[in-house]
Amino acid sequence: MGFLDKEFTQDNIVVTNLEALLNWARLSSIWQTTFGIACCAIEMMATSASHYDFDRFGVIPRPSPRQADVIIISGTVTFKMATRIKRIYEQMPEPKFVISMGSCSNCGGPYWEHGYHVLKGVDRVIPVDVYVPGCPPRPEALLEGLLKLQEKIRNESMIKSA
Amino acid sequence: MKSFEEILELLKSNFSGENDISSSKEGTEDIINVSPSLIKEVSKFLASTEGLEFDSLILLSGVDDENGEKVKQEDESIDITGGTLSVYYHIESVKLVHKLILKVSVERENPVTTSVSSVWGCANWHEREAFDMIGIIFNEHPDLKRILMPYDWEGGYPLRKDYRNPEFYNGMKVPY
Repeated sequence: MGFLDKEFTQDNIVVTNLEALLNWARLSSIWQTTFGIACCAIEMMATSASHYDFDRFGVIPRPSPRQADVIIISGTVTFKMATRIKRIYEQMPEPKFVISMGSCSNCGGPYWEHGYHVLKGVDRVIPVDVYVPGCPPRPEALLEGLLKLQEKIRNESMIKSA
Repeated sequence: MKSFEEILELLKSNFSGENDISSSKEGTEDIINVSPSLIKEVSKFLASTEGLEFDSLILLSGVDDENGEKVKQEDESIDITGGTLSVYYHIESVKLVHKLILKVSVERENPVTTSVSSVWGCANWHEREAFDMIGIIFNEHPDLKRILMPYDWEGGYPLRKDYRNPEFYNGMKVPY
């Protein structure tokens, strides 16, 4: 008498629970909104390119917020842009996630005191799941931010409150 | 190519108001001060007169001269009343290889001057920026609205020395 998965004679059957399966599916194909704001966007693009290869975690840019799972706020959020970010975020379907990339979108960055045009943190308009520090963060840092987000999704539950 | 003195003489002989045209030295630069009511005509003259032919506006900048009466507020910020705001015009003749700086000063309480965008097309956006940041109003401008700040920004002119952040913009908190 072995484990349940040893009971089947065919080897292409996997036994799991629904929650783990859904979470695994979600975290393995996080499509990001094609959206970059400032210098952090250059690092984000580098992360997508072959050397760091975002795609190995299932992250590909999706040029429509309506079919994207995550939005990476990669740069300085001005008041003008904040209005638009909120709108893009509202166009994304649930479940949706936000990665705040770099000091500017975390807290205003170098513009925190005299930046009359800068929103001091994108979390003042949309809820943020993962903050990635740096100015700008290296691709490795953004990758770790993504892994943190995957960890968060892996631990989500349909019945337990978060 | 004409020297600064020659250009100054030409302007003085063509625009003969009492205080309309004068010269001053700021730092190492010679500057021609023009009254706001004349700037458009002077610009036209400089651009189209043979031997001057200033065909290019290099830049136009608005400046808060900060020369009014300053009152310190409880929160360390300052209020300024009186004094002037200025517009600097750096112009060049690419053809004749000479340059000139013009300056127009307007009262802080009534900062109105005339647009030169009909003389040099690129003044259009420069003047919009000076309006946006310092609050100088350019009469006869084809489309004088904010260029950098949001169109519905009501928090004032950010590069004035007595500028204070508003508490909120469209429900978003502004200060840190």
